[in-house]
Amino acid sequence: MGRSATTKDAQALFHSLRTAYAATPNNLKIIDLYIVFAVVTAVIQVVYMAIVGSFPFNSFLSGVLSCVGTAVLAVSLRIQVNKENKEFKDLPPERAFADFVLCNLVLHLVIMNFLG
Amino acid sequence: MARNLGFLVVALLVLASSCDSAIFSPVSESHRSAALELFSPIDGSFGSLEETYEALKTFEVLGIKKKPDIRTSACASVVDTLQSTSSALKDLFHALRVNGILKCDLSNEAFTGIESRLKDSLNAANSLLDFYYSIGGLMLVKDQTSVVHVHLGDADKIFRSIKALSQSDGRWRLSSNNPESSNDAAGIALETLAGVISLASSEIDHSLIATLKNDIAKLFDGIERYDDGTCYFDEKLVDARGHHGPLSASASVVRGVTAFAAVTSESLNLPGEKILGLAKFFLGIGVPGGAKDLYYQILALACLENIRGSVPLILSLPATVLSVTKKDQLKVRLSTVLGSSAPPLSVKLMQIFVSGSKDASIIDQKLKFDPDNSVHVLEKLPPNVNVGNYIFSFEVVFDDPEHKKNYVTGGRTKVPIHFTGIIKIDSAEIAVLDSDLGSIESQKKLELPGENAVALSANHLQKLRLSFQLITPAGQAFKPHQAFLKLRHESGVEHIFVVGNSGKKFEIVLDFLGLVEKFYYLSGRYEIQLTVGDSVMENSFLQPLGHIELDLPDAPEKAARPPPQPVDPYTRYGPKAEITHIFRAPEKRPPRELSLAFLGLVLLPFFGFLAGLVLLRANLKNWPKSTVPATFASLFHLGIAAVLLLYAFFWFKLDLFTTLKVLSILGVFLMFVGHKTLSHLASTSAKLKSA
Repeated sequence: MGRSATTKDAQALFHSLRTAYAATPNNLKIIDLYIVFAVVTAVIQVVYMAIVGSFPFNSFLSGVLSCVGTAVLAVSLRIQVNKENKEFKDLPPERAFADFVLCNLVLHLVIMNFLG
Repeated sequence: MARNLGFLVVALLVLASSCDSAIFSPVSESHRSAALELFSPIDGSFGSLEETYEALKTFEVLGIKKKPDIRTSACASVVDTLQSTSSALKDLFHALRVNGILKCDLSNEAFTGIESRLKDSLNAANSLLDFYYSIGGLMLVKDQTSVVHVHLGDADKIFRSIKALSQSDGRWRLSSNNPESSNDAAGIALETLAGVISLASSEIDHSLIATLKNDIAKLFDGIERYDDGTCYFDEKLVDARGHHGPLSASASVVRGVTAFAAVTSESLNLPGEKILGLAKFFLGIGVPGGAKDLYYQILALACLENIRGSVPLILSLPATVLSVTKKDQLKVRLSTVLGSSAPPLSVKLMQIFVSGSKDASIIDQKLKFDPDNSVHVLEKLPPNVNVGNYIFSFEVVFDDPEHKKNYVTGGRTKVPIHFTGIIKIDSAEIAVLDSDLGSIESQKKLELPGENAVALSANHLQKLRLSFQLITPAGQAFKPHQAFLKLRHESGVEHIFVVGNSGKKFEIVLDFLGLVEKFYYLSGRYEIQLTVGDSVMENSFLQPLGHIELDLPDAPEKAARPPPQPVDPYTRYGPKAEITHIFRAPEKRPPRELSLAFLGLVLLPFFGFLAGLVLLRANLKNWPKSTVPATFASLFHLGIAAVLLLYAFFWFKLDLFTTLKVLSILGVFLMFVGHKTLSHLASTSAKLKSA
């Protein structure tokens, strides 16, 4: 009895989240997808390291941090581009995107150097 | 060991106390060969005129006929110096000296000119060396030419001015300004004064000569002595003529005294044993190592050979080590310092002392003279002379008592003589004894010195005994300096024992029970070696006797380990052991297939991303339509792609600097096109919003 109630509540919660999410604008959904992609890549790399050991450690760090770094930069892009965010009202989204591209390029230069 | 040390100390003390026994030998072939070696001309000349004179004089005294030919260059130099008007007084003097030996061609005018110059320098002389060179030069001119008559009119005055430089202790100063006096200057002064006396045209005041004799006596009072009877004039002085030492000072004084003795008619009463002591000093040097020292030595000996009234005679022995076994005969030679024969005399052996003890026996035996070799031979050794070190005391008696006035022999002469002989080793045997009872388990006779190879065996409860007797040729007991027994283990560890004696018999007993710890509990084969030796023993030996198998108990825990044996020094430079390098094990890499699988797995999310984009209906509707913005947009994307490509190259091949250089160019380009594109997009969206 309690269980079915909990399950029903969970299902209802899940459903409301989904409908809410559907309301987000498309560009934000693309950014979210990019973030998910980056994080999944990172997780796969961690699993690989767990299996084969951490030699060479710098390569592992480089790979994981590139994924995590780009995810973080995407998150900050999402914050800046989100129209509901009052703080960045005056910031044009193109400017945010330019920052995102520049920061990504710098990140990837460092990553490539550290990759070894 | 302690015994030997004690013996050595006693011997030194005895030697120190009775140290007037020493051997001196006259000038010999070694002096001649040394002279030829030391005085060797460089480029046909000996250097300066002074050095040339020294070389020539040495060759002349030693009687060396085959001398290097430097006549041409030397004569040229001599003639040059003597004829030039600007030569210094010193150079004139040395040139005249060389001319005296070489007899170069000089004209009479040259001699006249030289004589007048020397007379002028003499009148202007104010230091001892000026007088010396002028007077010496005038003497040489007088000897070398009969044309020029050399006379000194004011000889008295010159004599007094030279005498004014003398001191009360018999020494002389070089000039009135110089307060330092030296023996060397005294010798020069005496020589100069002798020259003045011989050149004087009228008789010199007799009292002056008497005072000079007193000065010589005072000079000889200041002579230094060594214990073995040598005398010398000491000097530690550096003056205008260079560095002086005892050799040059003594040589100078001898020259002066000899010159003076030659010109005075009466005898000088020189102390005979001091003259002999000086002769011994010069002979005791042996063969000097330097040219100048050799010159001083030979010159002084030449003067002593001909000194009026006290020619020293040297007693020398051709051999001081004689063999009793071979019945060598003792030979004594009497000669002058340069090796010429002595007047007829006889030598008597008066006393014999034993080194190291107070024993002395009076002999009074005359030696037989052998005229063929001009040696005196002791035909039969006194009966109590055995092997060992002795001091023989000889006395010289002239056949003609008149010779006593002309020669000096120095009374009794003591000479150390070393008698050696073959020592007989008797009743030598080695035995292994049982400890408690002393009964012999095995006994072997030994032939010493000879080949022996005994093979014994013993355990730690037994003893090893070695005994032998040492007998001198005269049948008496003999105690050698060394009598050692050595046991050497096969591993190299050695043990040395001193063999003690009582009277004739030498015996050593090794009790293994007490020696077990000393031997480091090492059982096994020990080589036995016996050493018996002494300086008077002609047949000293160091011989292996054989070996002994020792059975010792095992070493307890705390026993000392045997010392490590010295490593053969030659193996230090041989090849060393091979070093095997241990490399770090390489990291374990995952199998290839696994890595490739994960590579594929990592690429999956990308495709998932693309699939998601399609699902979200992502589009490129905002791409600029018109040409210019479109170009900028494509350039922007191409720029990003180029940067990513650069990164790929960077990882594969390039280094950071090149990358950064290219990146900076690309970056500037990207900034430009990016700005253009994004500003265009922004303006488009703004227009859309306002619209």
